[in-house]
Amino acid sequence: MNARLKGSRYSRLGFALVAIAFVAAVAAPGLAPHAIDDQFPGLLNAPPTLPHVQDDAGSWHAPFIYRWQLVNQLEQQYEADRSARVPLAWFSGGRLLGSTDDRRAPLLLLGADSFGRDVFSRLLFGARISLSLAAVAAIGAMLIGAGIGGIAGYAGGMTDDVLMRATDFVMVLPAMYVVLALRAVLPPVLAPAVVFSLLAGIFAVVGAPFIARGVRAIVRTERGLDYAAAAQALGASDARLLVRHLLPAAGGFIAVEMTLLVPAFIVAEATLSYVGLGFPDPVASWGTMLHDAANIRFADFPWLLSPAAAMFVVVLGLNLALERRASGIESLR
Amino acid sequence: MTKYLARRLAFAVFLVIAVSSASLVLARLAPGDFVTASQGGQMSREAMERARAQYGLNKSLGAQYVDWIVAAAHLDFGQSLLYDRPVRDLIPERAANTAILALTAIVLATLVGLPLGVISGSRRGGAVVGAIRSASLVLLSMPPLLTSLFLVFLAARSGWLPVAGMRSAQLPAGGALLDLIRHLVVPAAAIGLPLAAMLERVQAQAMREVVDQPFVLATLARGVPRARVVWRDALKPALRPVASVYGLIIGTLLSGSFAVEVITAWPGLGNLMLNALRARDVYLVAGCAGAGAMFLAIGTLVSDLALGLVDPRGRA
Repeated sequence: MNARLKGSRYSRLGFALVAIAFVAAVAAPGLAPHAIDDQFPGLLNAPPTLPHVQDDAGSWHAPFIYRWQLVNQLEQQYEADRSARVPLAWFSGGRLLGSTDDRRAPLLLLGADSFGRDVFSRLLFGARISLSLAAVAAIGAMLIGAGIGGIAGYAGGMTDDVLMRATDFVMVLPAMYVVLALRAVLPPVLAPAVVFSLLAGIFAVVGAPFIARGVRAIVRTERGLDYAAAAQALGASDARLLVRHLLPAAGGFIAVEMTLLVPAFIVAEATLSYVGLGFPDPVASWGTMLHDAANIRFADFPWLLSPAAAMFVVVLGLNLALERRASGIESLR
Repeated sequence: MTKYLARRLAFAVFLVIAVSSASLVLARLAPGDFVTASQGGQMSREAMERARAQYGLNKSLGAQYVDWIVAAAHLDFGQSLLYDRPVRDLIPERAANTAILALTAIVLATLVGLPLGVISGSRRGGAVVGAIRSASLVLLSMPPLLTSLFLVFLAARSGWLPVAGMRSAQLPAGGALLDLIRHLVVPAAAIGLPLAAMLERVQAQAMREVVDQPFVLATLARGVPRARVVWRDALKPALRPVASVYGLIIGTLLSGSFAVEVITAWPGLGNLMLNALRARDVYLVAGCAGAGAMFLAIGTLVSDLALGLVDPRGRA
């Protein structure tokens, strides 16, 4: 059992992927070479500038890049100016790595978008919004779900009936349509902070029933066990019995459900921003970046899909991590 | 059974009324209305007031709602302001397109997911099982939003398949059906592949539990060939948990198909709802939301009934 709980290499890989995304989001200001709204007007949809260490003559140098030169304005094709090396500077200007000639030859690790903004920097800052929104919404769903499920399972009877009917009702709603309708009540363009709290709130309410139902079932079962009766006999109040003794029994279930909700929320934000009902333009989230990509022929500019790749990595990481969780619980049965 | 069915149907009707009423009220409460959304600042104040009166938007919210619900009771769901057609005609057309997409995706997911699940669940490791499991893990991590972007990217790069819409402007050689099928590939695969991965998961888990049971060993010991034991004797009981998953799928199907419809410009319910919301077309918003709720209610009901047929234990 111990070996299985420790999990496979895959589950550790999963945790590593999620950890990388988390660190990238937290450290974005130090890692990103540019700000989210830095525009390079001559470099619209420019491809990535790959760092080189060897020039065409075959001699070795500290990491450097070549400058992009526009060769076809209409097709937005660029060619590297291989005559001059632009060295990269470490730890300059409060960031990890950047070009020494930011105006003429910026470092674009994942290319530029159709406004000439650095995709890599926006991806890092976008991770902050996309991941924190999903995390806040999942915590909200946990608080609401555990509260409702705990009370319903503990109180039983009429309270239980009413609360469970309510969660059933939310669960059978066409979630995406409800989120759309709720979002559309407010003006299309709102301050980012308002959008953030609004989406987190809606997601939390839509996600809560999934937690509430499971928590209710667990609390109901646990309430009948001897330790609950013992705690009650020792004079524990209802609230204490529920919060200190019964809800912790649902901890594993809640953790697994939250791991399932986070990817769903990341994708929901991306979908809403994609259709233009999420965050307003200058804000970088993975969804707004895809929204920008969708406005042009992204087949010619594959780097514009990097937010989709980032989303895939995070969701894969969470799924891999859950693999261990699930098998751990299974082996305990 | 009749009583159960009646209760479920009554709940479905209640759900549809509640969802469409709420959407109408919400869409009406939103700042701006169809006139401001469609005309911008181009019209004079009088012309805007005339237009509002024509669309019934100058009434109070209560009066508008009462008018709408009375008409809806007579199956008249109002006139779409955006398309200038009755909502009653517009919705079935688009809902049918969504249903075509959703059904194709489910069939595709079933044909791909179930057999692979049987294979990976009935064997103890090996290269084939490893390949199936990693493929399904990857696809499970790609929700329809991502698969559709990826497939649109591939199709646009290769030029093999159309990436947008449902029909070509000019009917190509091979007829309308072939044209529809070619347009279906990208959106149906975008929804179907993640579903296939999910079905593979559930089917494999169910198979693993069944093949450990003594009756399987007994059947093998009687000399029944392995393939026949797996595909006939073990498969049947392993289908029960899978059948219950279909009920869950229907919810994700509607949300997933929304993203896919928008990305691949499939003229379905999701796209219609989005256009209606953008144009503040209140009656059409209410109609779409109601149709979405109905889609979901019918889907869950059908899957619950199907589950009752497969597994008599759950019958209420």
